[in-house]
Amino acid sequence: MGCFTMTVETKVIEIISEQALLEPGDVTRDSTLADIGIDSLGLVECIFAIEEEFDITIPFNANAPESGDFDISSVDKIIQGIQSLIAEKAG
Amino acid sequence: MKRVVITGAGTINALGHCVDDTMAAMRDAKCGIGPLELRDVDRLSIQIGGQVRGFEAEGRYNRQQISLYDRFTQFTLAAAHEALSQSGLSLSGEDAAKSGVVLGTAGGGVSTWDDNYRSVYEDGKNRVHPFVVPKLMNNAAASHVSMEHNLKGPSFTVSTACASSNHAMAQAFQMVRSGMAPVIVTGGSESMLCFGGVKAWEGLRVMSKDACRPFSANRNGMVQGEGAGVFVFEEYEHARARGADILCEVAGFAMSSDAADIVMPSKNGAARAMQGALQDAGLNREDVGYINAHGTGTAANDKTECAAVADVFGPHADKLMMSSTKSMHGHLIGGTGAVELLACIMALRDGVIAPTIGYEEPDPECALDVVPNEARDAKVDVVLSNAFAFGGMNAVIALRKI
Repeated sequence: MGCFTMTVETKVIEIISEQALLEPGDVTRDSTLADIGIDSLGLVECIFAIEEEFDITIPFNANAPESGDFDISSVDKIIQGIQSLIAEKAG
Repeated sequence: MKRVVITGAGTINALGHCVDDTMAAMRDAKCGIGPLELRDVDRLSIQIGGQVRGFEAEGRYNRQQISLYDRFTQFTLAAAHEALSQSGLSLSGEDAAKSGVVLGTAGGGVSTWDDNYRSVYEDGKNRVHPFVVPKLMNNAAASHVSMEHNLKGPSFTVSTACASSNHAMAQAFQMVRSGMAPVIVTGGSESMLCFGGVKAWEGLRVMSKDACRPFSANRNGMVQGEGAGVFVFEEYEHARARGADILCEVAGFAMSSDAADIVMPSKNGAARAMQGALQDAGLNREDVGYINAHGTGTAANDKTECAAVADVFGPHADKLMMSSTKSMHGHLIGGTGAVELLACIMALRDGVIAPTIGYEEPDPECALDVVPNEARDAKVDVVLSNAFAFGGMNAVIALRKI
């Protein structure tokens, strides 16, 4: 499980940092998307890339990014959300 | 400069198959948005739209015509037929040689692309129908209208996403006003409600899964529609000489480009277009009684549009009415400005302001009179019709009672 968790985290940070035009080392779990300069369109692209990577569907509406079921308030919350979606999918 | 009037109107959209039915539905605050009926709808995450129902090509067009008419062309021809019948125009000679067709569409024959890609990619076929290209091209609808109604002057298609129709009508207005043409048939059409068309929009994550609620605090996105709106723009003296029934005058227009972002709207670009339309028409902001909003129901558009209106109109913003009929017929993309022009004509001619339906919660960022949920009787002399497209391209038309 530890190894799997690590993989998800590494992969998500890789996707987000690529979108932000940063090195993965510059993005931490505490970072917010605003901190690293990801705007609403950048976020839509991140969500798409994450869905493709893990073959999951993230409940996300760009009209109300804050109010959906999926918490995007920090990189940490995003990783947690993805982990639970992957777990749900695995059943 | 010549004066330009509208002497014919035609439409088909989710609210009705003609102008009278559409206006009646707007007056009654009806919603034309419902569950989509199309192939593979179960693979879509967005399953609602403002679909045209009960419109079958079979019976309306012959086999040869159907092989050439994509659904967006079928809609256009139906609307053009209504508009020209109403106008009573039958063009010939010099008039026909100078009169033309300028229409808007964003996607053109989207379902023709969709069907034929499916055929070659999914079904593995190696041959498509010989008329795929003339059927899907964006100017197909304008061409068929020109053939059907003997319009031999300047004719072309304008494509600026959600502002296509308004750009087309602005161009038509300019051509009649300058004396280049006595009559231009104009408006626009769209038919993107097929699997590929809806799937493409889903990608952007701006679509609502349940309803289009412009200006409402709980709005959660846009809903696509389909259909066409077509109008006869005619030089005033030409119309008077033949005793035409004049619906209203086209008073002015303006276009602007945000030059900023490919999808996010700009308050400044929208404001410049509205301001410019007033200036072009020689109107004061206090003259405007109603604005047909772009009002897509997305978070970004509605607050930006309201802020732009507040900037342009100052204290008068609190006195005018602004509604979005997209709440009823959905967003017809390249055809939307044309169908929405009907709400403008209804306001000027009948004194009925179409409502914004689905309005549930006030949003402090959209604190204007959005004519919530019920149509209103009101006398207005001047109206604006807003269209703000992806790509930051804006077109606003000013209309006046005559």
